[in-house]
Amino acid sequence: MAPEDADQGISQRIFYIHVPIALTAYFCFGLGAWKALRLLWLGEERYDLESYVAIHQGTIFGALTLLTGSIWAKASWSVWWTWSSRQLVLFLFYCAYFMLRFSIEEGPRRARSCAVYALFGVVLIPISFLAIRLASDFVHPVVFNLDGPQMSGTMFVTFCVSWAAVTSLAYVLYRIELLGKRIDVGLRELREALQ
Amino acid sequence: MIRARGLEKRYGRRRVLRGISFELPAGGFLVVSGANGSGKTTLLRILAGLVAPTRGTVDIEAGRGRIGLLAHEPLVYRELSALENLDLYGRLYRVSERRERIGMLLERFGLWEARNERVAAYSRGMAQRLALCRTLLHDPDLLVLDEPFSALDEAGVALVDRELAELAGLRTVVASTHEPDRLAALATAELALT
Amino acid sequence: MSYAADVAALARKDLKVELRTRDTLPAMLLFVLATLVVFHFALPTNAADDAAYGLLWVAIVFTALVGLTRAWVPEHEHGVLDGLVLAPCDRSAIWLGKTLATLAFLAAAQVVALPAFALFFAPLGAPAIAGVLLADVGICAVGSLLAAMAAATRSREVLLPLLLLPLAIPLVVGGVGSAVSSEPSRYLLFLGLYDAVFAVLSWASFEYVVTE
Repeated sequence: MAPEDADQGISQRIFYIHVPIALTAYFCFGLGAWKALRLLWLGEERYDLESYVAIHQGTIFGALTLLTGSIWAKASWSVWWTWSSRQLVLFLFYCAYFMLRFSIEEGPRRARSCAVYALFGVVLIPISFLAIRLASDFVHPVVFNLDGPQMSGTMFVTFCVSWAAVTSLAYVLYRIELLGKRIDVGLRELREALQ
Repeated sequence: MIRARGLEKRYGRRRVLRGISFELPAGGFLVVSGANGSGKTTLLRILAGLVAPTRGTVDIEAGRGRIGLLAHEPLVYRELSALENLDLYGRLYRVSERRERIGMLLERFGLWEARNERVAAYSRGMAQRLALCRTLLHDPDLLVLDEPFSALDEAGVALVDRELAELAGLRTVVASTHEPDRLAALATAELALT
Repeated sequence: MSYAADVAALARKDLKVELRTRDTLPAMLLFVLATLVVFHFALPTNAADDAAYGLLWVAIVFTALVGLTRAWVPEHEHGVLDGLVLAPCDRSAIWLGKTLATLAFLAAAQVVALPAFALFFAPLGAPAIAGVLLADVGICAVGSLLAAMAAATRSREVLLPLLLLPLAIPLVVGGVGSAVSSEPSRYLLFLGLYDAVFAVLSWASFEYVVTE
């Protein structure tokens, strides 16, 4: 059992959920961009679906981050919303990604445009962080800094356990969605072949 | 030389081409015929390298920039004159001595008088003649012609006939048409799409 | 050197088309001035200068969008883009030419808009103007790529703002910062970094957007 934070008390415990979810969302966006790069580089069609599914998962976890972040803000600073949220810009960006995807017809052009946009997203992540830092908005508690994590031993272990749990959850969801989408495509081709 | 194997193209769930295979040796003249919506334009765009097939492969000997495409639309800027359009294309397609070549083509296709007028003021037939100039400008190795006779008057048709007769055998040509009889004399191969 | 010549020819062609049609620049000019007038009535009379700088940046981003929405229209009419893509020149030259032309239109609109802003709202110092110039580069570089992407979709006019605005947020942060901060140099540095990173990314990825 991790000890309570001296400053923030019980509300600090949401940290064990919020931060792993946020990190997982970034990881999914990164994975999506990596698959997008592979698509552009190698031109293999399957990477399109993999990139899309990864970004889809990332967006789901990103939305969760906005939610848990808002609960944390309410508990710690008794406001539901602080504009320091780094996820907001990215959330907007990836919503636009889905708009782009749904307004082009399926095919290599859609795959390539979406891949390029996914690459823009992964570059936007550090740039938007930097922008929000520059806007000198330091409401967010800084837990990790250059001296390493400022957490006691048990807190860090708890954090790592929940991080591992959320990452495996994301991975399982990613595989399931990918499998479902592939079965869809397979069925459609089968139906057409039979016609 | 062109070698196409098992070409298939679909847009979303709609399939526009299926199982197209053919070979055309260098200097060959392929006439592609078929009704509207049979996939002629899609096939030609695949051969020109503008569209990737969903399935199948196509090998083309002509390198990038050595293909001349005559499409449905003239592929020229409406707000520029014929001269300005061809000058821009000549530069981008690395045409040597482009002034002389542009002048010669405009003369040959009867557009010299109108060379400084904006394309927006051209009739359909004049735009088609300009499109032919643009297609031939860089003396391409492979000509991909989508309905080359459309919108032309009799004089224009005679011009294209003469031009194609000159090129036949020297350049590889793929032309689509809904009246294949007109090109039957030049054709070395035919492909009917359904 | 033929790359530079290609880019120059393509950009010059855009300026020539604009001179004849006058489709884009007058629209951008009128838009930015009308926006400033709207802001004058929207701002409370005792509002601080800082609020006005924020509004200036809203005006700049949306003016750029007006120009970018029209950026590829000449290529779209008569399918010219196909002809350009088939040319043996480097395809990124097409992007760079368009970026430079759009940048020229945006800068021209600002030559009128910025003095008007300084006259009616709040003074603009050298760092603020440098911020505007740096942000213009970024917004045109990213915008001309996204506009080409959006031009191939069903809902191009609606899609472009959705695609561009999230990417423009860091530019707005940098631009407002360079106008209101007491040490603008780090905001200018940030804008320079943004420009460099996204210009390289757009330059490298344009080819994939216009080909299949």
